[in-house]
Amino acid sequence: MTFTELLLLFISSIFVHNILLSRFLGCSPFMGVSSKLKTAQGMGAAVVFVIVLASLMTWVTYNYLLVPLHLEYLYTLSFILVIAALVQFVELALKKLNPTLYKSLGIFLPLITTNCAVLGVAVLNMNEGYGLAAALVNALGSSLGFLLAISLMAGIRERIENNDGIPVSLRGLPMALITAGLMSIAFMGFTGLIK
Amino acid sequence: MSQSNFRIITNGILSENPTFVQCIGLCPTLAVTTSVANGLGMGIAATFVLIASNAVISLLRKMVPDEVRIPIFIVVIAGFVTVIEFLMKGFAPELNKSLGIFIPLIVVNCIILARAEAFASKNGVIASALDGVGMGLGFTIALMFLGSVREILGAGTWFGMPVVNFEPAMLLILAPGGFIVVGCCMGAFRALQARAARMKGLAVPAEASTGCGCCAMAKFCAKSAAEKADCEEAKA
Repeated sequence: MTFTELLLLFISSIFVHNILLSRFLGCSPFMGVSSKLKTAQGMGAAVVFVIVLASLMTWVTYNYLLVPLHLEYLYTLSFILVIAALVQFVELALKKLNPTLYKSLGIFLPLITTNCAVLGVAVLNMNEGYGLAAALVNALGSSLGFLLAISLMAGIRERIENNDGIPVSLRGLPMALITAGLMSIAFMGFTGLIK
Repeated sequence: MSQSNFRIITNGILSENPTFVQCIGLCPTLAVTTSVANGLGMGIAATFVLIASNAVISLLRKMVPDEVRIPIFIVVIAGFVTVIEFLMKGFAPELNKSLGIFIPLIVVNCIILARAEAFASKNGVIASALDGVGMGLGFTIALMFLGSVREILGAGTWFGMPVVNFEPAMLLILAPGGFIVVGCCMGAFRALQARAARMKGLAVPAEASTGCGCCAMAKFCAKSAAEKADCEEAKA
């Protein structure tokens, strides 16, 4: 891929195909961790970190282990194991090497294993047949899109949380979903950005 | 069928419906309900994985050491997901194409891991399989309901047959429609629940939880971490 193509992929993975608002990957933390801006940013940063690392690891696993052995059909199983092991390893390493960073990202790490955004980006990279550079760019763009969307969402939710005008049965999750729908409409405006 | 077994099944369909009551498994719910056929397909695939993994995990429950149970559950689930992926590729290639990435992502669907953790690892094989049937049916019904709403209002068809004579609102089958329809249906479901509780003279649940409150995975999952973070922040 040329540099221009990579740049376009980067922008489209952040805005046009936003991982949360148009691909629906990682909705559970999007709804669960978006009530406070600071926690949302912590979660977003942890997701950026893990998605980029996991994409690298799963790309290597797929292309240098599964393809030579003709075991491509085991990708689901091997990807989830690679991701789970990676997350454990990152947690241990971070605890030892950088306690300050561990304090701010550490608690989010164990839950990222079962976050479908991580596995989703790995499977997307495989389905699209991306090379290593494109896979990493797509991972970085998608995860930055996650950080962007969850931060925006938390900013909005902090403002609507104490609004008494919302009917009781819509408070909490239903209202968050409708807000996400309106945000998704806004993000549809980026569709024409890249052909 | 004894009454308790029957109750295990109805439990998943109504009182613990994974989508509307427990509010888990949101990603596939939002993504695949663009048509009722897709919803049905996803529901069947998830039900198959739920029943099979619940039964196997229940069989393994006395052999699995507590510390490594989650990775073992995930491996069992991933095995069955690979099986259903092969089956769908072979027998329903069209459906497999339209569900796409969400078939392998059944592995990380928290409904399945939550049932393994909350039910199958504590109960017998038959009860666990029936719990899989109930939860799977509850999930399938919810997906089909949402798929019907979106397909009828968004495309004017139901299972591909034209049913309405007004101009459909395309928005509902696009990405924003998923969020809005699921949000509105969840709100309506809660309003009905509150009304039913009021008519029975019970206390109305004060406010809807943010979602994961009643989920068995709360210990490992996003919401509880967020609460922990907020709590630590408050202390500091």
